[in-house]
Amino acid sequence: MMGRKLRGAVALAAALAALGCQRETRRFRESPPAATSETAVSMSELVPGPKTRDLPIRNPYERNAYAVSEGERLFNAYNCSGCHSHGGGGIGPALMDDQWIYGSDPENIFSTIVEGRPNGMPTFRGKIPNYQVWQIVAYVRSLSGLLPKDIAPARDDHMVAGPEPQRTEPLRPKHAFTPAAAEHP
Amino acid sequence: MSQSVRFWWSGRAGVAALLVTVGICGCSKGGARAEPRRAGADTVRTDTVTPPAAPAPGGPRATIPADAAAPEDGQWTRPARDYASTRYSGLDQINTGNVAQLRVAATFSTGVLRGQEAAPIVVNNTMYVITPFPNFVYALDLTQPGLPVKWTYKPKPMAAAQGVACCDVVNRGVVYADGKIILNTLDNHTIAVDAETGREVWRTRVGDINLGESLTMAPLVVKDKVLVGNSGGEFGVRGWLTALDLSTGKLAWRAYGTGPDKDVLIGPRFHPFYAKDRGTDLGVATWPGDMWKIGGGGAWGWISYDPALDLVYYGTSNPGPWNPAQRPGDNKWTITLFARDPDTGEAVWAYQITPHDLHDYDGINESVLLDVPWHGQVRHVLLRPERNGYLYMIDRATGEVLYANPFGYINSTTGVDLRTGRLQYAADKEPELGKVVRDICPAAPGVKDWQPSSFSPRTGYLYIPHQNLCMDVESVEASYVAGTPFVGMNVKMKAGPGGHRGELTAWDPVGGKPVWIVKEDLPVWSGTVATAGDLVFYGTMDGWFKALDARTGRELWKFKTGSGIIGQPVTYRGPDGKQYVAVLSGVGGWSGGIVAGDLDARDSSAALGFVNAMKDLPARSTKGGTLYVFALP
Repeated sequence: MMGRKLRGAVALAAALAALGCQRETRRFRESPPAATSETAVSMSELVPGPKTRDLPIRNPYERNAYAVSEGERLFNAYNCSGCHSHGGGGIGPALMDDQWIYGSDPENIFSTIVEGRPNGMPTFRGKIPNYQVWQIVAYVRSLSGLLPKDIAPARDDHMVAGPEPQRTEPLRPKHAFTPAAAEHP
Repeated sequence: MSQSVRFWWSGRAGVAALLVTVGICGCSKGGARAEPRRAGADTVRTDTVTPPAAPAPGGPRATIPADAAAPEDGQWTRPARDYASTRYSGLDQINTGNVAQLRVAATFSTGVLRGQEAAPIVVNNTMYVITPFPNFVYALDLTQPGLPVKWTYKPKPMAAAQGVACCDVVNRGVVYADGKIILNTLDNHTIAVDAETGREVWRTRVGDINLGESLTMAPLVVKDKVLVGNSGGEFGVRGWLTALDLSTGKLAWRAYGTGPDKDVLIGPRFHPFYAKDRGTDLGVATWPGDMWKIGGGGAWGWISYDPALDLVYYGTSNPGPWNPAQRPGDNKWTITLFARDPDTGEAVWAYQITPHDLHDYDGINESVLLDVPWHGQVRHVLLRPERNGYLYMIDRATGEVLYANPFGYINSTTGVDLRTGRLQYAADKEPELGKVVRDICPAAPGVKDWQPSSFSPRTGYLYIPHQNLCMDVESVEASYVAGTPFVGMNVKMKAGPGGHRGELTAWDPVGGKPVWIVKEDLPVWSGTVATAGDLVFYGTMDGWFKALDARTGRELWKFKTGSGIIGQPVTYRGPDGKQYVAVLSGVGGWSGGIVAGDLDARDSSAALGFVNAMKDLPARSTKGGTLYVFALP
């Protein structure tokens, strides 16, 4: 009886340990998607004629905690935080809420950063290497709770400004193109 | 049951005791050092307190210098009304006796839902209103019922300019001169349009958004010059004040806020009062390396003019970045009051108000030119309710500080040394890299921001709209990327002592202390106007437009507009001979960004930390953009 229980516990511990190892494997050189902003990026949910949906682009950094924390560092280093603060916004819109003027999919955010947007978002084309943009994309999505909790950043050492991404729940099921009421004329 | 209740209570008591302990710790930290207390603080009153003893009528009283006053023609041709920047109207049809009957006479939607900070301008029976970006200008016909639109001018500024506006895409008003309406656009164009037809006369580009520059200030016309200054202290701009030719728009001179003397237009005529402001090329020498090139010092605020001395007065903005560790030195000429010759731009004197700024205490507030009886003689002075919390009375001929008294709660500095003119910093409130410094008062917007005061020669008081906010800060390294923010400070603002976030203070310039103070729950981010009817008008961020008794501060009338008020009220005589009061309603600006920009209050650092102090605003005001005009029935 006891032996079986013990064996079960050992097996469970082993399984957990194995999972833990998996969790701790840091792939520092994750390859980003080959995609650039020239890849198919749709800005509308409205598709005329028969539905033709491009395959969504997967950002492998969204499964890599180290890459997401790099994204957080770069978000500050490139002054994204100067306009979007720690997700609450300021000069630029909030990134932790459920309003996505230009879409919340990774490829949408990638395009927004690289191309810029007409109402004040600068174009960072040629200023930030693509793999860093993808890291920032992953971090930006973590701000509104769109990343798995075991990947999203936890509390950092800075002055507590808001809920850490790890504890941020998405406000609502995401809508890719909820126009912000504040969108300028 | 009773056991568990008692247990619950004891738990509460424990929490309460803990809070008290924390409170005491917090207090003793501040109390260990002598803090500059505002004189006459016992006269602080709310709406219900009886008026305090006012100075005897007929006693020594400040007056408006005749040269800098505007004739009472019922018009309002520039945001500050006169060159002395008093915002005083001699109209008295609406007065303390009948203001209770004030009614809405007309409204007009500006069509833009961002912070409406402008003053409506009234000239030749026409009212001119400028909106926030995209900076539409409307000319409204005051001779017709319902104020129909005579013309609309759309300057079509670059939309990208919105990305370099630190604190909402505001505009603080147009100015009328020589048959033209002069306006500034967010994307750095100064434009003259024909006041009758709205046709463009000239358009001059004075700055570049890719350097982080923008224009939000109201230009001032002095003689044949249009004076314009840039915004961008949060973007590492190099600040300047520029003069354009009124008839052609051609650049006449530019005086930089940092750099070598030849760029700052410092020459043989320059005689600062204090030794600390004397020397060669201090705009370079007081910076590390080339940091002066991205050091801020813009001129996004108010300009006054004294025709007798032929000098213009204005102050410069904060240095960049906010993180002070990245710019050791006095950082001249940021947060500096300049007196310049309007024809040539030459500096005649300068006084650096806040050297080596630690907390974003821009020096752009209004200079109200007054003649004040002082130690047995009449001194020609200017009064400046500064962002750092001191109200400076300065000799406007020499730059000598006669007094600098607190008009709000301050613990970030301990006073101004009148011998050297130097602001004294409190060492324990200095930001340090990687450290959180708590309870710095005032917060970054200061005891008072851009929102302009008014002065009544009938009471002799200055009516100052302002905030009561403190903050926690953590400085972090700022990287300079042209066209993006250059700040390096995480900020979290909160209400100051007393828990209210705004005040309207009536200040006696002669006594150098407040006479009465009205507390407001929200920051008072609107301007004020004083009238010969002994009224003071102002608005609140939840939309109330109020009239106070100018002598006592008693509230005599109020009206709830559609959105929060952060604009500048004006009053004028209509073509029908009646007196009107007008104000724009539409919340926004730095303080109201949480509403205007749909910011997320869960991030207390949003909008450079202002959001944390304004979490209740979305429940109290929605966006708006409406002109309200009031009159007696």
